[in-house]
Amino acid sequence: MNLRLHIWRQAGPDATGMLKTYDVANVSEHMSFLEMLDVLNEDLIGKGEIPIAFDHDCREGICGTCGMVINGRPHGPVAKTTVCQLHMRTFKDGDEIYIEPWRARAFPVMRDLIVDRGSFDRIMQTGGFISVNTGNAQDGNTLPISKINADHAMDAAACIGCGACVAACPNSSAMLFTAAKVGHLGALPQGQTERSTRAMNMVLQMDVEGFGACTNHLECEAACPKGISVEFIAQMNRDYVASVFGGRD
Amino acid sequence: MELKSNTPNGPLTEQWDDYRAHLKLVNPANKRKYNVIVVGTGLAGASAAATLAELGYNVSAFTYHDSARRAHSIAAQGGINAAKNYQNDGDSIFRLFYDTIKGGDFRARESNVYRLAQVSTSIIDQCVAQGVPFAREYGGYLSNRSFGGAQVSRTFYARGQTGQQLLIGAYQALMRQVGLGKVKLHNKQEMMDLIVVDGHARGIVSRDMVTGKIESFMADAVVLATGGYGNVFYLSTNAKNCNVTATYRAHKRGALFANPCYTQIHPTCIPQSGDYQSKLTLMSESLRNDGRIWVPLKKGDTRPPDQIPEAERDYYLERKYPSFGNLSPRDIASRAAKEACDDGRGVGPSGLGVYLDFADAISRLGKDVIADRYGNLFEMYERITGEDPYSVPMRIYPAVHYTMGGLWVDYDLMSNVPGLFVLGEANFSDHGANRLGASALMQGLADGYFVIPYTLGGYFAGGKLDSVSSDAPEAKAAVREAEEKVKLMLSINGKRSPTSFHRELGAIMWDKCGMSRNEKGLTEALTRIPELREFWKNVVIPGSGAELNQSLELGLRVADFLEFGELMCYDALHRNESCGGHFREEYQTEDGEAKRNDDEFCYAAAWEYTGVGSKPTLHKEPLEFENVQLATRSYK
Repeated sequence: MNLRLHIWRQAGPDATGMLKTYDVANVSEHMSFLEMLDVLNEDLIGKGEIPIAFDHDCREGICGTCGMVINGRPHGPVAKTTVCQLHMRTFKDGDEIYIEPWRARAFPVMRDLIVDRGSFDRIMQTGGFISVNTGNAQDGNTLPISKINADHAMDAAACIGCGACVAACPNSSAMLFTAAKVGHLGALPQGQTERSTRAMNMVLQMDVEGFGACTNHLECEAACPKGISVEFIAQMNRDYVASVFGGRD
Repeated sequence: MELKSNTPNGPLTEQWDDYRAHLKLVNPANKRKYNVIVVGTGLAGASAAATLAELGYNVSAFTYHDSARRAHSIAAQGGINAAKNYQNDGDSIFRLFYDTIKGGDFRARESNVYRLAQVSTSIIDQCVAQGVPFAREYGGYLSNRSFGGAQVSRTFYARGQTGQQLLIGAYQALMRQVGLGKVKLHNKQEMMDLIVVDGHARGIVSRDMVTGKIESFMADAVVLATGGYGNVFYLSTNAKNCNVTATYRAHKRGALFANPCYTQIHPTCIPQSGDYQSKLTLMSESLRNDGRIWVPLKKGDTRPPDQIPEAERDYYLERKYPSFGNLSPRDIASRAAKEACDDGRGVGPSGLGVYLDFADAISRLGKDVIADRYGNLFEMYERITGEDPYSVPMRIYPAVHYTMGGLWVDYDLMSNVPGLFVLGEANFSDHGANRLGASALMQGLADGYFVIPYTLGGYFAGGKLDSVSSDAPEAKAAVREAEEKVKLMLSINGKRSPTSFHRELGAIMWDKCGMSRNEKGLTEALTRIPELREFWKNVVIPGSGAELNQSLELGLRVADFLEFGELMCYDALHRNESCGGHFREEYQTEDGEAKRNDDEFCYAAAWEYTGVGSKPTLHKEPLEFENVQLATRSYK
């Protein structure tokens, strides 16, 4: 198939960006979206042009490195699919495709489609963990955890930290990302000791980083390649309120 | 050079306890005076950095990712082994040790493997305490599954995302230490060289991938946890950014590289669909429990699978290995698939594929049962290929998955360069010539959480190190060399992209040093790889060195692969036997099975760098087996 691509080009963090148009021919339906861009990049290198910078790594949908907005939708049109797992058979001959980076103040563009998601790491540093040093642990089976709770924790822990939730949110809020971590650790007995301080500190850091507030658009869940539920946001709000009124422990 | 394993004296079962009992310690107040560099933030690197920081050391951690959570450990699906014996099914530390040694085809060091089995149980406890959501039974206790190469259920798992969950656990511990100011994390930094001062590893040269700035970072010890080199084959199940640069540059600075020819080929991957293919995707080995593997009997049979009658199909694994059938071990199943395809009986557009057919299982058990067992895998397959495996057989083909070789290390996980420690897939130590499923995660975390925190302290307490700074002539020279290398690469302005060289190298490696090797092919590869270093005359890297430049990143990695590939071939050529992931066609039994030669090759081959294009020097560490009997693996 033949496609017309409009791709965001921006030479560096402080440079002005713009959409540039590229025509690509003979795209195989079996290619992944990123392989389609690989082929375009090889062409550009052949012509002495600068290839399009985009982040990617595992290409199996688990590392969370890749991400771009395709025709207005983070990770493209297929539900619960990262862009590396999106295949060209989703598109048809003659399609025009708009490709842009995640757009959020807390995710500055580094180059073309690559953004800096260091803000996620800094949110994690304020409380996204259980404070247990190596060597402190008791036997794993001394603390039975119901299968329901373990599964619930796993549902939240499936987050890959890609940032699609932020890109999808009209407020650029990081609520789903933060709530997934708060929900994961809060569902487990090991996570109770620090439960309220965790919610408090991580929410505060979210604000410091410049993420917006949540106004329940729920676009985040729709865009999440792992299908993380917005119910975790409600849970985090409860933990946060408990922390405010219960005092920080 | 004599290779000293530094294995403690005494019986195997007491060595680690004895080692720790007599270890020299660093006073808690003095630990903060030591600076440690950890390169890589996968399971081994993140767990090491976090644990060393907890102990009080000043840690600098480096990753080329934008976040420490993205390392390729994250992609491991199946699980992590531990000798907990929660199932009461006869597991023990000794059994896990024995299975690992045997699975590795008797080419690993006993003492290291025994210690690995010993600390395996603590790993599970630590991960549970961190909040890793392992699968549970309804009673709330930890669940186990079985895995290849073992007769007990000792594999712990978190759905099909065990690697992800364990890595997130280690990442969380690391983030905590970063927040506490004990770890300085350097994202988007790629190691370009090792700095050796007075014979000791004292720092690294690193390139900031955003600004292009190249600088030195100094420390009292350097820990490499930089993963494997499977991407030398271009196509593999490794993530795109995995590369050999860190370990290979250390090798060029004097560290010995051991057993580079030991590579693991996984039999169940989705076949390549075209020239544009960028990587291969693994399908869990568990599919072989219910799928039957076959190819057409006739060569060049292009009929759709449902029009090939039963009598004209060759279920070759069931035919050749009646007792293990479709569940034959990874290396054997992989080679058999290659044979069928080489014979012109492969399927799919490229002819490089075999069928994995669920029709019998579906008619026997019903579609619902199969969906319940493998639903997510079938979905993944359909997403990638566009074919519905419930109605059309899957097509699979083997792919490079893991590399057992790595930098040579002693019992302390220290290389022959004092102060240079190597953990996880980057070292050679625990898996011999073949790794068992669910053991990579175990080794990465064992090294990082439970081995290096002890052995590094012993190194510091054992002798005094002079202070060094970035002004040291060795550091300045290494920075200058790296800068010149970048400058040179950018100035060539030739005709071919780094990817085109990488792809060509990959094809040579796969063809000549892949699933099966022979003297003729390896000799040929040793001529062709140096020719491919026309890279240095004909590569083109657009852009500059002072910006985010992915072509340059790739160019620097490919340049190292172009030297490293040669080292692999030298190793494969010298090892005149077949063992584990190394199958030399000249050394097989009449039935086509691997034929080990314990009299001549029961050693780890550690290679010393002697210059680009010059044959490396071989050093041998004899492997002594005092606690197990060398035996031949049989799966007939």
